[in-house]
Amino acid sequence: MLDIDTVSKSFPDDAGADRPALEPVNLTVGEHKIVSLLGTSGCGKSTLLRIVAGLEAPTTGRVSIDGAHVDGPSREIAMVFQEPRLMPWLTVAENVRFGILDLPKAEQKDRIADVLDKVGLADFQDAFPKQLSGGMAQRVGIARALARQPKILLLDEPFSALDSFTRQKLQDHLLSLWEADRFTMVFVTHDIEEAVVLSDRIVVLRGQPGRVEKVLDLDWPRPRARTAARVQELKAEIVGLLDLR
Amino acid sequence: MSSIDIAEAETTAGSRRSIAKGAAPEQARSMAAAAVRRALTRAILPLLVPFGLLAVWFLFSRWGVFDPQLMPAPAEVADELAYLIDDGTLLTHILVTVERLIWGFAWGALAATALGAATGYSRLARTLLDPTIQALKAVPSLAWVPLFILWFGIFETSKITLIAIGAFFPIYLNLMTGIQDVDRKLVEVGRIMGLNQFQLVWRVLIPATLPAYLTGLRGGLALAWMFVVAAELMGASEGLGFLMIDGQMTGRPAIIIGALILFAIAGKLSDAALGRFNARLLRWQDSFGVQEHSKS
Repeated sequence: MLDIDTVSKSFPDDAGADRPALEPVNLTVGEHKIVSLLGTSGCGKSTLLRIVAGLEAPTTGRVSIDGAHVDGPSREIAMVFQEPRLMPWLTVAENVRFGILDLPKAEQKDRIADVLDKVGLADFQDAFPKQLSGGMAQRVGIARALARQPKILLLDEPFSALDSFTRQKLQDHLLSLWEADRFTMVFVTHDIEEAVVLSDRIVVLRGQPGRVEKVLDLDWPRPRARTAARVQELKAEIVGLLDLR
Repeated sequence: MSSIDIAEAETTAGSRRSIAKGAAPEQARSMAAAAVRRALTRAILPLLVPFGLLAVWFLFSRWGVFDPQLMPAPAEVADELAYLIDDGTLLTHILVTVERLIWGFAWGALAATALGAATGYSRLARTLLDPTIQALKAVPSLAWVPLFILWFGIFETSKITLIAIGAFFPIYLNLMTGIQDVDRKLVEVGRIMGLNQFQLVWRVLIPATLPAYLTGLRGGLALAWMFVVAAELMGASEGLGFLMIDGQMTGRPAIIIGALILFAIAGKLSDAALGRFNARLLRWQDSFGVQEHSKS
């Protein structure tokens, strides 16, 4: 279980004074749940994710996984970024291996073959990133994260740089990977439909500094058709919450 | 190259294979002929200009356009070089020059790598050392000569020090800025994967810096050639630079021109060797030059 307890964050501004970016957030994410952090840009949602990832320390509060305090990158967590962030000098297989360097060689090999198969890139294991399309590169990024067999997978606007066809395909793909591996998923997005289609819980953030505007629990089954009336209604509701009309 | 390109490349490779296998041997032969033609073009085209100049030189000498006392004919230069090869001195001169070059370049590269890595990686080292190094860079390198001769004498040490200084700056600057320019996002990936400092350096910083570093090495090598000549011109008893001074003193332009040609060949060969080595190490790079290479 992931526990975010009164986590807030301030950054020093140019004058050196503290500028709050995120007001205290309380959030608990149960195992094998999908939670999205949804909001317009600048609302601190990425900051919150980075704190959970251990890439940044919170100004107040604490994050814990199954009771253990997170104060740095952890073996239980893997992250997928907005850009694929592949090492251009490594092949696809070596890029996946990058996340599991601490494992024995044989185990690495098995896991690389396994995840590349899962994301459908087994034939491209010897390709360099420059030879991949955007969607393929992002799938390698996902494979690299999954190879760690994380308890919690964090995704920071993972599909926002892709065209809408590729995006939908990858959303479905991610969902099937989640069905198979039973990790907990927390992702940041500004795509309302993406949040509605994927999440068990949507945390709507707003403002500068960001604060939690509303938490929506969705207990309906997946897969959810993007055109379903319920999806459209909820989208409209969230648009209202964010004052986007 | 996009995925579609790969698919296309695969199908063309596949069809090529099937062609080679049987059905149309004629077509396969014409494709092989085209490949040979391309290779020949690549080998011949760069030689066109040098040989053209050589022809002009030859003709102008024959027609008496050049004063043979100042600009001897190609055959005379060749004779002079042949004579030096025969009595074994040319090889000695070349080896002496190359040895100086290698030592100077090696010391310069070593110092530049150590200092560039330090100032690139550590803000403290940069604040402490870089301003001084930049100030030293502002001194024209040849201006060190009097001091080096005074300190180290006129023999090898002063020459090698001068060459080392010449090679130092491009390597140092490229390495330092190369490290600073490493994509923070890639470093972050390393951090979230739990890499320690040593692993971050070895697995992210060094490979990411490699292109800039190799560019620096290549620039450093070019400057090392420049300074080996300068060092030998200022006083030496052996080496290609000495040969040129000797030719000047004794009024034999053929020797000077011969040495110039040898410098051109040696410099070009060493640069091409380093360039080849670089291209091998950097085949992952997604750049215009590389693309063209891989397609041809």
